Amino acid sequence: MSEGRDGARAACTRKTAEIAVALLLMALGAIVIYDSLRLGAKWGSDGPQPGYFPFYVGLIICISSALNLFNALRIRPEKDKAFVEVGQLKLVLVVLVPTVIYVGLVGWLGIYVSSAIFVTLFMRRLGKYAWWKSLAVGVGNSVAFFLIFEVWFQVPLPKGPLEALLGLD
Amino acid sequence: MKPKLMAAAAAFAGALLAAWPLAGEAWEPTKTVEFIIPAGTGGGADQMARYIQSLVAKHHLMKQSMVVVNKAGGAGAEGFLDVKNAKGDPHKLIITLSNLFTTPLATGVPFNWRDLTPVQMMALDEFVLWVNASKPYKTAMDYINDCKKLGPGKCKMAGTGSKQEDQIITAAIEQKTGDKFTYIPFKGGGAVAVQLVGNHVESTVNNPIEAVAQWRAGKLKPLCVFDTERMPYKAKITGTMSWYDIPTCKSQGLDVEYVMLRGIFMPGGVTPEQVQYYVDLLQKVRQLPEWKEFMATGAFNQTALNGKAYEEWVAKEEARHVALMKAAGFMAAGSK
Amino acid sequence: MQEIHSLLEGFVVALSFKNVGLMLLGISLGVIIGVLPGLGGANGVAILLPLTFSMAQQPGGTTSAIILLSCIYWGALFGGAITSILFNIPGEPWSVATTFDGYPLAQKGRAGAALTASFTSSFVGALVAVIVITFLSPVVANFALEFGPPEFFAVYLLTFCAFVGMSKEAPFKTLASMMLGFALASVGTDPVTGTLRLTFHTQVLLSGFDFLVAVIGLFGIGEILLTMEEGLAFKGASAKINLKVVLETWKELPRYWLTSLRSSAVGCLMGIVPGGATPASFMSYGVARRFSRNGSKFGTGVVEGVVAPETAAHAAGTSALLPMITLGVPGSPTAAVLLGGLLIWGLQPGPLLFVEQKDFVWGLIASMYLGNIAGLLVVLTCVPLFAAILRVPFSVIAPIIIVVCAIGAYTVNNTMFDVWMMVVFGVAGYAFKKLSYPLAPLVLALVLGHSAEASFRQAMLVSQGHLGVFFSNGLVGTMTGLALALLAWPLVSWAIAKVRAGRAFG
Repeated sequence: MSEGRDGARAACTRKTAEIAVALLLMALGAIVIYDSLRLGAKWGSDGPQPGYFPFYVGLIICISSALNLFNALRIRPEKDKAFVEVGQLKLVLVVLVPTVIYVGLVGWLGIYVSSAIFVTLFMRRLGKYAWWKSLAVGVGNSVAFFLIFEVWFQVPLPKGPLEALLGLD
Repeated sequence: MKPKLMAAAAAFAGALLAAWPLAGEAWEPTKTVEFIIPAGTGGGADQMARYIQSLVAKHHLMKQSMVVVNKAGGAGAEGFLDVKNAKGDPHKLIITLSNLFTTPLATGVPFNWRDLTPVQMMALDEFVLWVNASKPYKTAMDYINDCKKLGPGKCKMAGTGSKQEDQIITAAIEQKTGDKFTYIPFKGGGAVAVQLVGNHVESTVNNPIEAVAQWRAGKLKPLCVFDTERMPYKAKITGTMSWYDIPTCKSQGLDVEYVMLRGIFMPGGVTPEQVQYYVDLLQKVRQLPEWKEFMATGAFNQTALNGKAYEEWVAKEEARHVALMKAAGFMAAGSK
Repeated sequence: MQEIHSLLEGFVVALSFKNVGLMLLGISLGVIIGVLPGLGGANGVAILLPLTFSMAQQPGGTTSAIILLSCIYWGALFGGAITSILFNIPGEPWSVATTFDGYPLAQKGRAGAALTASFTSSFVGALVAVIVITFLSPVVANFALEFGPPEFFAVYLLTFCAFVGMSKEAPFKTLASMMLGFALASVGTDPVTGTLRLTFHTQVLLSGFDFLVAVIGLFGIGEILLTMEEGLAFKGASAKINLKVVLETWKELPRYWLTSLRSSAVGCLMGIVPGGATPASFMSYGVARRFSRNGSKFGTGVVEGVVAPETAAHAAGTSALLPMITLGVPGSPTAAVLLGGLLIWGLQPGPLLFVEQKDFVWGLIASMYLGNIAGLLVVLTCVPLFAAILRVPFSVIAPIIIVVCAIGAYTVNNTMFDVWMMVVFGVAGYAFKKLSYPLAPLVLALVLGHSAEASFRQAMLVSQGHLGVFFSNGLVGTMTGLALALLAWPLVSWAIAKVRAGRAFG
């Protein structure tokens, strides 16, 4: 990438990322163990209880994550490469943030309207397409999906105020 | 026109359109009706719901369309909670199995049939005690007594799901006879029947439709039906027997009765006109010759109630489930 | 040769003008259904089922109806591979294993070859399965009866052991990833006691984590994020887009005849049992990787890695119709819906169907031959079209893929929660891939964890808690033994290598 020197700087080192993921998995494992113990994790008279398998699954997650954590802590600073560079992270966020906003919008505006907005803005901002082209693809895409899902296959997808206004819900 | 004005005009026009049907006498759906199945695709409830949907569409019984949605999570709790939370929404229907009663009791998920509005009982599903045809048993008690002799837990009973209808019947048999069975839950009725054909288990309480093919092929045989009366279908199914020829379990000395509700409910807080619309709609479905054929194929008990009688039936059935499940120890910790 | 005679009669039924039309219609619809993750095969068939009710009432109509629906099923089987190869998004569970080599192939600019290999092997798998059904159905149907809970568990165990053993990633990362899959699979209702596990009194967790939501996120969204790092472009845009690529790939395929044969066998077995197409595809991929001369290159984009899972998935998907029609046990969700259709049309699936509804059964079997030929022709002619999708600029196709993924995630359980989970899985997939946590074991555990646990515990109920049940007869004992041998094999070969290396240095 030609983001300049600044772009190649590590936004987060591999070591940090390894440690974070290992800790996160350990936490998940702990949650699983906690709920399994509540359900009963012993081997009953007629085989394992509901929590038996999840308990050991949780335990193995914790143990293997602990080992992964140990390995991560041993990464020496001079060998510690970048997990993601600033320039890369920027590009990733350029997709991730709109996606999160898009999913948020779906609950409010329905999937068709938010998809049209999402596709249009994505094309306009990232692809630098002309407004009319972006809009045509965005709206056309939503109309096509509306026909496929709602009309032909009768699969109800989330709808919002616009569909209600048009009497399409 | 300024944008604001335009929006206001549009909103007004929309409101007018939405209010239009209310001006008439009877209520009618104004948008697509969602028909929820609190079970997976391919099961008995799913088949019935999709059949109703297809009949409604084929005979143009409704102006709006009906879509079927499966919400099977948490033994159907997902579907019931969805309808419970849609209070006052007249565009949602749900078909029930016995999990209407069993799921809240066994899992402690907070819902009750009183959160819903009963619309119409479509039919009752029968349960038959089946054994492998190669076994020497002639009557239900032959089998039960043999199991007693073999010792507790030696007879294996396969069924669909856990702490639901099949296991409740098993528990009820245990309570009446003092036998102890090993109940093994499977995912679907077809798999259960095949386990019995393969001699991996000793008996099942499959619905008629789940085991009829194996019966006709001479692989399974029915011992008795868990209803108060014999099934009324007298057409021969095998060379020698019809559904009517299967005796009731009670007449055999096995005093256990169980039928499963196949009924339609709506969310709570809907108006009587809205309920009446669906009652009329479902009555029309029940009058169709295709429906009668469907009933005969599955050897259903064709009792169909609505209104007060339906409500009373459901209340009675709930009390019975609570008693049965309490005695069997199926209640979730914390549910009363 | 009564079968041949009946089959010829079946061809006469299936080859009517109307039925061939329905076949093409079904295949095309099926491909669309398979491509869009929001429309699974089961869903597609369920939605079209009501249309067939009136069709079934005309004379010979049930045959037309089943031709239409089963062709949708074939189409969906073909179509599931397309998005797996092009965008790393498996539309159906059995296409997951296809992504392992299919997507790297597409990135190398060989999307056309990957698609051709996938479609052709699907066809071969199906053909073998139909031949098995035609001539061996009575034998095979009885074989399925041998399978009780312990046998089913042994099948799942065999799948895991065949697939896992040889991961190249750090062992504890593999283990953590796989166990995470098991943990996710156990959320929801416990298969044996019906208690709710790991739901923490929330409504959204009641239905657990569906495989589709996880793979859409981990593979689909995760891949888009990874692609973004390297700028706004898809790799593999240089894919050749003409029909010559089909012929070139065909020249290469006969080399993998052994893999094809093995995968067909695995697929037929898993379909008949019925263990399903998903375990079949994973098992076959694992076995091929282990026994092929190119084994070490699997995962980097080799054609053989596409051939193995696709052949097995299609063989299993096809042979799964046999237990459905002879035993009434559906081998897949789609088959379950088809089964419901049969019942409503007034046909009783079961041992007598072959006797009482001869026309119908042989019409169906004939349509399997013809439907797959028609399917192959349809999808192969479209290979250039599909490959051309990769030439659409990234900034146009990426948002559309994200929209398709969101729709797919939503339709699984009709909740927005799953769409959010898709985003979470997307970020997780990105991080895991960069830290070389392998994703395949996670997905395998998520897909099979629930069934494996259910059959294990059913077996324990049967045996009253004795593990000896897994060696209690020849069938289950052989499978369990084989599974353990496969599991131990890498350890043994590793030990041998170590000893040899030690000698070399010593």
